[in-house]
Amino acid sequence: MMTKFNPENVLWEEVVPGGNHWSGLIRRGTALRITDLAGDANLSALFYNQEDKLERYNMPDTLKAQHTAFLTTGNVCYSDMGRVMCSIIGDDVGWHDTICGVTDAAMIAAKYGTTTYQTHRNEMYRSGKDGLLIELAKYGLGKRDLVANINFFSKVIPDEAGNLSFVQNNSKAGSYVDIRFDMNVLLAVSAAPHPLDTGTTYQPAAVKLAAWHAGPVTKGDICRNSCPQNTRGFVNTERYYL
Amino acid sequence: MSMIVESTLDPKNAVLDQVCNAGDPWMAEVKKGQVFRILDLEGNQAVDTLFYSAVNPEERYSAVDTIARQAKLYLTTGTVLYSSEGNPMLTITADTCGRHDTLGGACSAESNTTRYDLAKRPMHSCRDSFMHALNHCGCATHRQMNKRDITANINFFMNVPVTSKGDLSFADGISGAGKYVEMRAEMDVVVLISNCPQLNNPCNAYNPTPIRLLVWNA
Repeated sequence: MMTKFNPENVLWEEVVPGGNHWSGLIRRGTALRITDLAGDANLSALFYNQEDKLERYNMPDTLKAQHTAFLTTGNVCYSDMGRVMCSIIGDDVGWHDTICGVTDAAMIAAKYGTTTYQTHRNEMYRSGKDGLLIELAKYGLGKRDLVANINFFSKVIPDEAGNLSFVQNNSKAGSYVDIRFDMNVLLAVSAAPHPLDTGTTYQPAAVKLAAWHAGPVTKGDICRNSCPQNTRGFVNTERYYL
Repeated sequence: MSMIVESTLDPKNAVLDQVCNAGDPWMAEVKKGQVFRILDLEGNQAVDTLFYSAVNPEERYSAVDTIARQAKLYLTTGTVLYSSEGNPMLTITADTCGRHDTLGGACSAESNTTRYDLAKRPMHSCRDSFMHALNHCGCATHRQMNKRDITANINFFMNVPVTSKGDLSFADGISGAGKYVEMRAEMDVVVLISNCPQLNNPCNAYNPTPIRLLVWNA
């Protein structure tokens, strides 16, 4: 049986302040409850196989295998090698973006103005791209490894012609998403604003990561059984660890 | 809904005019100011395409920058193809198909196992073509490019509609024989193409066919 989130079983917690960044190794069978602490958070995330960092989250493979343009409960995140890296086992938000990438420093300056460490100390405005690159560099990774990411808590919808609109108030204070890791994953995150966020002041919400032992995926798992593609993806993942 | 814009350029004046056969990779450099055309010779052919800065291939086509910076999901005339550094790489200047995809990515042996069947791994795929080109084309080998450089690509002529509810499907192609898309290079670029060999979905009408590539000087 998979163990669901229970505050009494939390192994560790980490708060990522709004705009800040974090990375770490999350082992197979561990899950993270990611909580939006203030509402309207955005958590940009990338996944790499810790043993072979050339294997990483692949946005197109994830979307086309599951015939979806967004992520929610029942969806899994595929690597470019046809394996399930992690699974969304719980979600009270309902839509997480993965097609819009991150802000860079020029976008942040144009939208919110310029701040520096000299004037603002740790309240300086950080971009999603710079935050992710700082974390990736700690493992020898760089710009060539900065692929299309997930933006947890953010929603962007297209009209019939493909014009995109950012949906405000998609995530409330206390909203969460539960991610079970099915491979040993190097996780890199940034809590900087979404590139299409329509807000005009830089005030990204802090996000809390809380880890627990969920255990391995079971035969009756919601993500494994949500489509035949995912069932095969889990077979590929299991073969890798035999 | 989609806008058809024809080109005035004459193939007789092209400085490059080549055919890429069904299922093959193709790679070349296009200089700033030159115009590059991809022509769907027989119709309904997905052309999986990546672009790199010829000077520094670490700067490459970015699907997410192209989508977010223009707040548009589909590519057509007027669309700027943005790099990972936020710079315009190419601008689409003519398009007789009307809509192209940049969410669907490239097929691979590994993704075929999940999408269709574990036994489909031996089938020829776009990312195997990309790997072959990276090993054999001078454009790639002297730049020491490898799998780290393969990112989310453009699928010219491919129809991947997304609804406002977020459903995504691989629909029948809207391209036909003789349709083309043309773009002006805004920097010196390396083009990497896989003329898609996928036989498991309608992106090539279950019959991969050749394409024609042309370049004109500014």
